[in-house]
Amino acid sequence: MSAILGFIAIVTLIAGWWLSQQGLTAKPWLQIDQAGGVAAGDPRPAAPAQVGLGVFLAVVGSLFALLVTGYLLRSEGLDWRDMPLPWIVWPNTLMLLGTGLALEWALGAASRGDMARMRAGVLVAGGGALLFLIGQFAGWRMLAATGNFVNSGPADSFFYLMTAAHALHVIGGMVALAVTLERIRRNERAERIRLSVELSATYWLFMLLVWIVLLGVLSGSAGEFLALCGQILSEGRLP
Amino acid sequence: MTGISHDASASVPPAEIEDMALYHPRSWWTKYVFSQDAKVIAVQYAVTALSIGMVALVLSWLIRLQLGFPGLIEFIDVDRYYQIITMHGMIMVVYLLTALFLGGFGNYLIPLMVGARDMVFPYANMLSFWLYFVAVMLLVISFFVPGGPTGAGWTLYPPQAILSNTPGQQWGIMLMLVSLIIFIIGFTLGGLNYTVTVLQARARGMTLMRLPLTIWGIFVATVMALLAFPALFVAAVMMLFDKYLGTSFFMPTLVEMGEQLRYGGGSPILFQHLFWFFGHPEVYIVALPAFGIVSDLISTHARRNIFGYRMMVWAIVGIGVLSFVVWAHHMYVSGMNPYFGFFFATTTLIIAVPTAIKVYNWVLTLWRGDIHLNVPMLFALGFIVTFVNGGLSGLFLGNVVVDVPLSDTMFVVAHFHMVMGVAPILVIFGAIYHWYPKVTGRMLGDLLGKFHFWVTFVGAYLIFFPMHYLGLMGLPRRYFDTADIMIMPASAHTLNAFISIMAFIVGFAQITFVFNLVWSLRHGKPAGPNPWRATTLEWQTPQTPPAHGNWGDELPLVYRWAYDYSVPGAKQDFIPQNEPGTLTRGGTA
Repeated sequence: MSAILGFIAIVTLIAGWWLSQQGLTAKPWLQIDQAGGVAAGDPRPAAPAQVGLGVFLAVVGSLFALLVTGYLLRSEGLDWRDMPLPWIVWPNTLMLLGTGLALEWALGAASRGDMARMRAGVLVAGGGALLFLIGQFAGWRMLAATGNFVNSGPADSFFYLMTAAHALHVIGGMVALAVTLERIRRNERAERIRLSVELSATYWLFMLLVWIVLLGVLSGSAGEFLALCGQILSEGRLP
Repeated sequence: MTGISHDASASVPPAEIEDMALYHPRSWWTKYVFSQDAKVIAVQYAVTALSIGMVALVLSWLIRLQLGFPGLIEFIDVDRYYQIITMHGMIMVVYLLTALFLGGFGNYLIPLMVGARDMVFPYANMLSFWLYFVAVMLLVISFFVPGGPTGAGWTLYPPQAILSNTPGQQWGIMLMLVSLIIFIIGFTLGGLNYTVTVLQARARGMTLMRLPLTIWGIFVATVMALLAFPALFVAAVMMLFDKYLGTSFFMPTLVEMGEQLRYGGGSPILFQHLFWFFGHPEVYIVALPAFGIVSDLISTHARRNIFGYRMMVWAIVGIGVLSFVVWAHHMYVSGMNPYFGFFFATTTLIIAVPTAIKVYNWVLTLWRGDIHLNVPMLFALGFIVTFVNGGLSGLFLGNVVVDVPLSDTMFVVAHFHMVMGVAPILVIFGAIYHWYPKVTGRMLGDLLGKFHFWVTFVGAYLIFFPMHYLGLMGLPRRYFDTADIMIMPASAHTLNAFISIMAFIVGFAQITFVFNLVWSLRHGKPAGPNPWRATTLEWQTPQTPPAHGNWGDELPLVYRWAYDYSVPGAKQDFIPQNEPGTLTRGGTA
């Protein structure tokens, strides 16, 4: 359960840090505002959609942390056999990275008010996301060709489950990109479009992060990394 | 001093978030069915949850019929018995309690109590309800499919849940898992709304430390639910994979009817970990809103400020965090490492500290209060007593050495029904009696309400107190027929019959409640805007019931905390949160 507990610890730290800024030690029974004036709030408030995305990413993070937890616990089973990853996951990773970078570029263009480049950036990102999905599907076909089906072994099952869960979230992100393009086409307020691009950029960065963690877990390198950390912690030096 | 007129002068800081553009319904369908108004969605949630709750109530009667009078009704055979207990548990925990506290009270109270026009994402809020509705419908459909609903027990433990001898193995378990998945997706949409509305749409002046405790309870419970429900989601998806795609996430090597199954190597314990990583926070997801609501009921009806507001807030947050590190106390007998048991017993006992703080503070709020024993207050007092009783037996079960012999006995059933069944349901009733006047503009019948309280309260004790004794004697839970158990004396069977009769009586008393709800809609005494003379914002709306958008032209300004009751020198014994002035509890500010 270390993965999910680690994730909850991170969320708790962030929430704790935020709560510590909120004046939770105030004595509200002594505080009263005069007529005509009320306590001022945050001078730089975030848009509800930004906060909403932050909370949603915490939920998605929890979901994937639980999948990783399941993987780690199940991999202690006696029947566990590691599974070779299809080579295509590496170019797919680059594709996802490209999608994220394209959105960052689009966001930069949006900040400068360059709508044409922003639109190009969003379109490139959408294309990159589509290629990523096709690549992931090709990965499934490659595995199937070598006889690795969803029920061939626990490692295979987790590969299919985790990549499917990630792909569904990527598809959700593509819907958000399509909505952004529709906003651009309808020529909505520049601020609103910029917010959409910003939200998409944050989301794709998170998807990239999740994918890298999943890849680390599925390829076994996360386990080796954690073992190394454990060794350093217990022995106080590099092996 | 408190009568200073409202002066929205230039010194009022501008709204942090621009006033939201409301969706205005254009037809009957978008006004009452696919409504995006949180108040309508709240009522939809509440009516659906209470309706499916009535199904669960009838199921509990069937359970008690079999336990008290075995064999009396032929309809209840072994398979049906397991289906009945499974559906009773699942409906009560997830589809009634969670949905009613967060979807029902959350939707109604959050925008009104924080001074917002509506939830921040009204469309997602509407989707949230309809996904919940579909989830409930799938559950109902499962009663009518071939093989009936699943009989795997509400915890759905594999491998039993998907083996062929478990009732509901064909359709029931699939519908159950899919229903849970849809419920969780729907809840996530709602939960995002509840959290972001509390964070971003509060009225000016409504600092976090001026929020009523009801909102704190619902808010922290929602955050917990958003992080905990994915565990159930993952478990449900993995079990569907095991059942339909032949994977072995949870399924070990098995021989069934002399035949080796295709599964191998899976870990049922992994499912237990995932289930209880959701399951234990779930207890507090239900309890925290109840804690919050009860704090407000007590303060309002005892005309006293809540004692130790800050401590109450910290305790809610503390319980929320701690509840993520106690899950394995449900698994002491799963064969896990005994040192784990020691760790989880310790965290379980630590959680009693913030909980006890809350109980002390409720009692101290009542101390020398001007207690009005009206119906909401009666239910609130009933909750405190019941929660303490249920919590005390939790201290027994939290210890490994005591839990092992008591595991899977009726003692456990009695414990969790007291602490998680009766106690939160008493709060739900109290809250409905309290806020019904705001929702409908009419009071619920007082006499019927008192009858409802006393029969429910006393009856619940007559049901669940004796059950502890049965558990201590060793009477196991989840047994279809206990008549032939050698260790049980004849008196235990008499006690079982007595419990059953009490369950029928308490169940029938709920009909008076339903009658009261319907009858008062037309014939209840007109309530006026603020019948309980309460301070919180929902009682200060320009219309009762509040209109679409809640606040008329201008959003309220908040000048004080939510508990200015009986302030010395004030002309009334309450000062609403949106009333300016200089009087505070410590004298003039």
